[in-house]
Amino acid sequence: MREWHLKYRKLKNIVFHMALVFAACAVIIPLFMVIQYVMIKGFNSLNWDFFTQIPKPVGEVGGGMKHAIIGTFIIVGLAGSFAIPLGIICGAYLSEYGRGKIAALLRLSTDVLTGIPSIVIGIFAYLLVVVPLKQFSTLAGALALSIIILPVVIRSTEEILKLVPRHIREAGLALGLPRWKMIFFIVIKGSRSGLITGVILAISRAAGETAPLLFTSFGNMYYSTSLTNPIASLPVQIYTYAISPFDDWQRQAWAGALVLIILVLGLNLISRLIMNRQQLGFGRRK
Amino acid sequence: MTETDNTVLNVKNLNVWYGDFHAVKGISLEYQRNTISAIIGPSGCGKSTYLRCLNRIHEETPGARAEGEILFQGENILSKMVDPVRVRRSIGMVFQKPNPFPGMSIYDNVVVGLKLQGIKKKNILMEHAEKCLQKAALWEEVKDKLNRPGMSLSGGQQQRLCIARSLAVSPPILLMDEPTSALDPIATAKIEELMSELKKEVTVIIVTHNMQQAARIADNTSFFVLGDLIEHGLSEEIFTNPKNKKTEDYISGKFG
Repeated sequence: MREWHLKYRKLKNIVFHMALVFAACAVIIPLFMVIQYVMIKGFNSLNWDFFTQIPKPVGEVGGGMKHAIIGTFIIVGLAGSFAIPLGIICGAYLSEYGRGKIAALLRLSTDVLTGIPSIVIGIFAYLLVVVPLKQFSTLAGALALSIIILPVVIRSTEEILKLVPRHIREAGLALGLPRWKMIFFIVIKGSRSGLITGVILAISRAAGETAPLLFTSFGNMYYSTSLTNPIASLPVQIYTYAISPFDDWQRQAWAGALVLIILVLGLNLISRLIMNRQQLGFGRRK
Repeated sequence: MTETDNTVLNVKNLNVWYGDFHAVKGISLEYQRNTISAIIGPSGCGKSTYLRCLNRIHEETPGARAEGEILFQGENILSKMVDPVRVRRSIGMVFQKPNPFPGMSIYDNVVVGLKLQGIKKKNILMEHAEKCLQKAALWEEVKDKLNRPGMSLSGGQQQRLCIARSLAVSPPILLMDEPTSALDPIATAKIEELMSELKKEVTVIIVTHNMQQAARIADNTSFFVLGDLIEHGLSEEIFTNPKNKKTEDYISGKFG
């Protein structure tokens, strides 16, 4: 009787363990398949020209996506420069003062903003910038991406700053520091690696967005760095090439996808590294 | 020297509430220059709450409300007209848990108060850092690693770093809220030792759980129970010849 019971328990344990392993694989396998597929398809089309050339005229083989890679950096950089300072300030407000109606409203707006489909944000930027200027532009794309980045930065900043124990803030105040100096130079500065992590994750998410760029920065087959003209970006370039009927363009779309994945994965890895380095955290390590 | 000349802090009829809870009940005490005064009492007796009012850090606790007078340099520092930032520049605080500022080096931890007050000159800051670390009996241990993070030190060293950090802004009064309760006996002994040096320059008011500590280091001791001041006097008197039955019971371990 006893032995039977023990066997039954062991069996249950094995079944449950297998279920967990299966669930883990179900998550990991698709990810690896995507990466592997893009690698195989993209790697052969990836060459030096891809990074240094702009597209050749239709019908000619060759050319690259230099304009789109640089375009992505410009749009994302600009979007970050709008959204990161604002996001950190809003996040600090929520964490340090965050009581009352304004804070509740800000929190609600942030949550709603996170949930808005990115194409809707694109339409908003279109109406706000493209229509009045009568021109697709880098600025419009950057605005759209900054709206995507903003709520992520606000929420991650709030969460990170809330990890700073209250007695650290009190110690700052007890030195006779005004509250704003304590917040900026002790709480925010002390959490900088956590904040950087949040910012990098937000940016890497925005870097892969296509929908909000389709009718804001629009895309460009030529190299442009102008803020008020259409500009190419990797996701839109991939989209354009992928739906084209030309074999060479489709190959380049795979290469573009590979570069984009490497970029986003790279950013994620960097943020992981920063996070690990900061594991010392606030507690004492014994 | 008369007593009044030497009074640096004069607490008159201090009452503190958390919401409806009356935590500190009409306490009046005087503190003399260059002395160490201890506050002892069982948990929940309001001793930390009382201490936190003395530099208005109690305002950081939601719902806390203090009434009464705390006279410092002829001014009631509890008054709404007085900027708490100014109060805290004169009345520093060391906390129960060692709390060096995260992401800052040992050196930065010490000079951050001065830096943020606008002192930029490197040589002045360095000189000050050395002086304060020496006063906190930490200089010898950290002089070769001032750029290491403050968090990398041991608990006892961290607490001495926090003392150095408080001293750096030269407050005449230093409040200590159970500064050794998170430390081992050796680290505790070091801090007690440095405190008797400290009182040459600052007036120390310390809350402690540890009666022996109060007896060892404090000139005066106050005994609190449930927000009331039961007895106050010279430490020798309190610990050898208490006047109140409750004090006697507490120090002899019959309750607490």
